[in-house]
Amino acid sequence: MGKTLIEKIMARASGRESVTPGEIVTCDVDLAMILDSGGPRKIWPRLEQLGVGVYDNAKVVVVADHFVPAADPQSAAILKLTRDFVKKFDIKHFYDMEGICHVLMAENGHLQPGMFCCGGDSHSTMGGAFGCYMAGFGAIEMTGVVITGNIWSVVPETIKVDWSGRFGTGVAAKDIMLHLARELGMENAFKVVEYGGETIRNMSMMERMVLTNMAAELGAETGLIAPDEVTLETIRAGGTEPAADALDWRSDDDATFCATHAFDANTLTPQVAAPHKPSNSGPAEDFEKDQIHIDQAYIGACVGAKLTDLHMVAAVLKGRKVKSGTRLMVAPSSKKIMTEAAADGTLATITEAGGILLPSGCGACAGLGAGIIAEGEVCISSTNRNFQGRMGSKDAFVYLGSPYTVAAAAVAGHIVDPRDMVGEMSK
Amino acid sequence: MSADSKKLGGKAWVFGDEINSDVMAPGIYFKESMEVMASHCLEAVNPEFAANVQPGDIVVAGRAFGVGSAREQAALSFAHLKVGAILAKSYARIFYRNMLNFGVPALIFPEADEINPKDEITVDAIAGTIENKTTGKSYTVSPIPEHLMEMISLGGLMPYLKKKIDAGELKTGALPK
Repeated sequence: MGKTLIEKIMARASGRESVTPGEIVTCDVDLAMILDSGGPRKIWPRLEQLGVGVYDNAKVVVVADHFVPAADPQSAAILKLTRDFVKKFDIKHFYDMEGICHVLMAENGHLQPGMFCCGGDSHSTMGGAFGCYMAGFGAIEMTGVVITGNIWSVVPETIKVDWSGRFGTGVAAKDIMLHLARELGMENAFKVVEYGGETIRNMSMMERMVLTNMAAELGAETGLIAPDEVTLETIRAGGTEPAADALDWRSDDDATFCATHAFDANTLTPQVAAPHKPSNSGPAEDFEKDQIHIDQAYIGACVGAKLTDLHMVAAVLKGRKVKSGTRLMVAPSSKKIMTEAAADGTLATITEAGGILLPSGCGACAGLGAGIIAEGEVCISSTNRNFQGRMGSKDAFVYLGSPYTVAAAAVAGHIVDPRDMVGEMSK
Repeated sequence: MSADSKKLGGKAWVFGDEINSDVMAPGIYFKESMEVMASHCLEAVNPEFAANVQPGDIVVAGRAFGVGSAREQAALSFAHLKVGAILAKSYARIFYRNMLNFGVPALIFPEADEINPKDEITVDAIAGTIENKTTGKSYTVSPIPEHLMEMISLGGLMPYLKKKIDAGELKTGALPK
């Protein structure tokens, strides 16, 4: 009988011939990613307490991205501790203020189809776009991973989600996920969501990573996309030669899925999620009539400020201005993206329209850095979740949308369907 | 939870569906001590909880409890407030793993709707039994998964790792001098 991609990955990682959903296995970890927020500052004291080091200093990747740049003495101390840890434990891969961890894994050739990876952040699922297992774990569990090099898993069932057709003007991968959060709900724990179909095959890796990133919002173990030539090109661009068997990592045609869903991208319209959860979503055009005033439009986070996202923002802002009374803040997902967007004129388009650039990092998305909002304020954001109190005050309101939708709201000063603005520009 | 305190009990604090880890551990307090962090646990949904919860009290919740961020502070806040056990209809996976790693029993409890705030509840996490002393009803639920029983009975991941290390059963790197 055929096997799903996750079953193949977990069979290899656990050294078994094959595994079946529900089975409990111990998997060897090929890459353990830890971060300034829940990494060294939580893990180092525990290593001292136990009197042990890390299992493999070449497989542990450290990223400083949550508290960057330091805004107060506490965050400065956390970043210093992170750097000291890297020196002390001779960690081979360290990214200090280079951008957000999940994007850096993709940019730097860390991920290969078939790998088994753990990350100390819930959006580690983003790595699944490379056809590998990558999932999020708490700092306590990552402590176990960096010591032992392995972790227990329940082999998950797979929900197959296929998209056919092409996006209309002003529609993006983010709209797929806001739609799916409503359709599939946020309660898919211990299940994998595998995305397929021609819509996904036609996407760049940056857009595919939106789907796997927000598998976290579906509550899933992780999201997966089988590798193809687009995947291999991205791995090569990151400086790594893909393994010879890279394209073999895919679900068999006769594999068993616990559910299969088919959607049509042709009929998908821009989506907005209302406060306070991503599944609270509906068509952007339905929000337009309510004239919801926007205090802040935020383009940021791992999911929503990649180069493709910044291009969407620029497509809306070109020749337009951010509305007086609304502020637009843009924190590109990585230093590399910032550099590329500077070189191709995207950043100039954003700043000429009145947008404010912020450093690359997790920042306002998780309520940690510059750009948080006050009691009573309303924000529309290209980030991935809008739980109460996440972006600052517990009495603030966060809407989610695609980069097109967020930029269009910045121009209009309230939530609008972005298709008219994008459409005009493409004429 | 240590091996000699299998039975836990206290007053019920009842929460709804999809209570997320951002409201359990708001990011704006990330740089503060665990004591400060825990004092803000769930304040957005019940401002009374963190200030008034007593050691041994039981948290009862609906579906997808702990959905969202991987932040261990969400789980650690309940441990810090000495919550006896969590009984939810279902859990988000990272939160569920975090709770067990900190040694706080998290049981799947489909009948959560039958518990009212302030009901007196006792829980035996090893046997998988729950008793509501206020209503007189008792329940049987799935106990902690068997492969995690040793870790839970030792009090969580840290004591479990220490035992393995002391027994020489764990190969890892040395702590740098």
